[in-house]
Amino acid sequence: MTAADTTPPRARQRRRRRIPALAVLTWLYILWSLLPVLVAVRISFNSGKSRSSFQSPSFRWYWDDPTASILRDDSMHVALRNTLVLAALCMAIATPLGVAMAIGLQRWRSRTSSAANGLMLIPIVTPEIVFGVALFLVFSQLYTGVPDGLTRQVLGHITFTMSFVVVIIRGRLASIGTQFEEAARDLGATRLQAIRLVLLPMLLPAIFASVMVVFATSVDDFVISSFLSTGASTETVPIRIYSGARAGATPALNALATVMLVLTLAAVALAAVALRAASRRTSAPGQVAGDLAALRA
Amino acid sequence: MPSTRYWSWFAAPGVAWLVGFFVVSVYAVAAVAFGQVDPLLKTAIPAWNPLQWRTDAMSDVLGRLAGGDLGRVAVRTFLFVGAALAGCVAIGYPVAYFVARTARRSRGIVLGLLVLPFWISYLMRMLAWTNLLQADGYVNRILGWIGVLDQPRTWLDGSASTVVIGLVYGYVPFFILPMYSALERIDGRLIEAARDLGASRAAAFARVTLPLSVPGLLAASVITVLPMFGDYYTNAYLTSGSPRTEMIGNQVEFFLRGSSQPQKGASLVLLLMAALLMLMVYYLVTTIRQQRAMER
Repeated sequence: MTAADTTPPRARQRRRRRIPALAVLTWLYILWSLLPVLVAVRISFNSGKSRSSFQSPSFRWYWDDPTASILRDDSMHVALRNTLVLAALCMAIATPLGVAMAIGLQRWRSRTSSAANGLMLIPIVTPEIVFGVALFLVFSQLYTGVPDGLTRQVLGHITFTMSFVVVIIRGRLASIGTQFEEAARDLGATRLQAIRLVLLPMLLPAIFASVMVVFATSVDDFVISSFLSTGASTETVPIRIYSGARAGATPALNALATVMLVLTLAAVALAAVALRAASRRTSAPGQVAGDLAALRA
Repeated sequence: MPSTRYWSWFAAPGVAWLVGFFVVSVYAVAAVAFGQVDPLLKTAIPAWNPLQWRTDAMSDVLGRLAGGDLGRVAVRTFLFVGAALAGCVAIGYPVAYFVARTARRSRGIVLGLLVLPFWISYLMRMLAWTNLLQADGYVNRILGWIGVLDQPRTWLDGSASTVVIGLVYGYVPFFILPMYSALERIDGRLIEAARDLGASRAAAFARVTLPLSVPGLLAASVITVLPMFGDYYTNAYLTSGSPRTEMIGNQVEFFLRGSSQPQKGASLVLLLMAALLMLMVYYLVTTIRQQRAMER
């Protein structure tokens, strides 16, 4: 296999004690992880109905087809809009809640705060089906006054994603330490001013990273959205991909998934640029990969 | 030491949110599981007061788990998750090891590519496999071309291997990242010391790197396995809902949405949580320990 040869030759010479078998395996894995998705993207441009073999390129499933293209099929763009609205509301609410909670938990020392910290971590390890069922039952049995559909989905997504924000921000808070805020306080800033003028700017890269994680998690979520969905008008893209595969699927599903993919990657790229700009200004080295690793480790 | 009480106000909204929407929700599962069902409408009548809890639904589910149909589903869930975890470790550990031991400068691009699946919708990745695994899809064509298959194989009608492959494909990224960060934390000087003292490369790996990576391996496995136990969409999607590949999650969904048996669905969720409790606690304890270490 030639996958290993894609490593730049100079880097190859420089590395000591390299094990080529591992490099081959790693590049094969990367190929395996991404190639199917590229094939799916290609099929979205198929002119025929087949979802397995490519005939000739066209935009039929994007806008040309009068009924089944994502432009003309209402259920498709409703799903797209629902997904984006859901993610936007979730980012707007979960991020500030999570950032404040991270700052609070990091500084507040008592038995109650340890308990709160433990509580914050539990949603991360709770399988989504438990989450989905629990939210489904609490809304249908107890919080019956909450409007069904989108409102419940937003509340569910916030509950599910907030802890990710807290973990990412806490990781960064621990590495920043308290000395900068103390200096600000010595120079006469109030506690809130010290946070607003010193701490928040330093946290900016981590906040960007957590907004991206919230976005990706919300956009990707199938289980919670599905349990809180009340029908076609509250379907999201993952739900549409899931339910669409059964009933006479066309490459329009691939087109829908491709649009979502492009939007997500564009958002991530934008955030990466913003992150780089922000971290240059504050000299806090920001690495989304590092933040993600902190989240999952 | 000054009082840190002031900071509790920052945590308060988040804590209140989690209590209101997470703790109460999980309690609602218990209230429904131990409650009753309206004989006519078949809707749940939750018992919020633990003194009024009735255990008939729970004992029914437990009985079916012990010997009946649910027991078979539970065993199958364990087998699928176990096989998928083995696949994740077999692929993920070497990949994570390679990246962690690569020179820092050339690591960026590889890491970026490894993180990429995080930004691709899980169901899109599964959709991709349903395209590839069609009877006239690329997988059959390639296997036929190499000569592995004489005639096209049907992958999508309930084969266990398709589900396991799908699970591995879906969850490997979630394994690799924490595994990478654990391997990366291992002090390279320890491995060099072993080599200087005469250990072969394999011996240095087996006696230094491997033992030091065990906690990271466990943590990565736990964080991969927990969502897998609740997965019901990967298998349903890749086998068009075939009952031959049903997992516990499918039963939960069936009880709650496919038929009106909310008590049984809720009971099964409680049992799933109880079964996973050890793993969840393990994760919590290691994470809190890490937080403490970082603060010191």
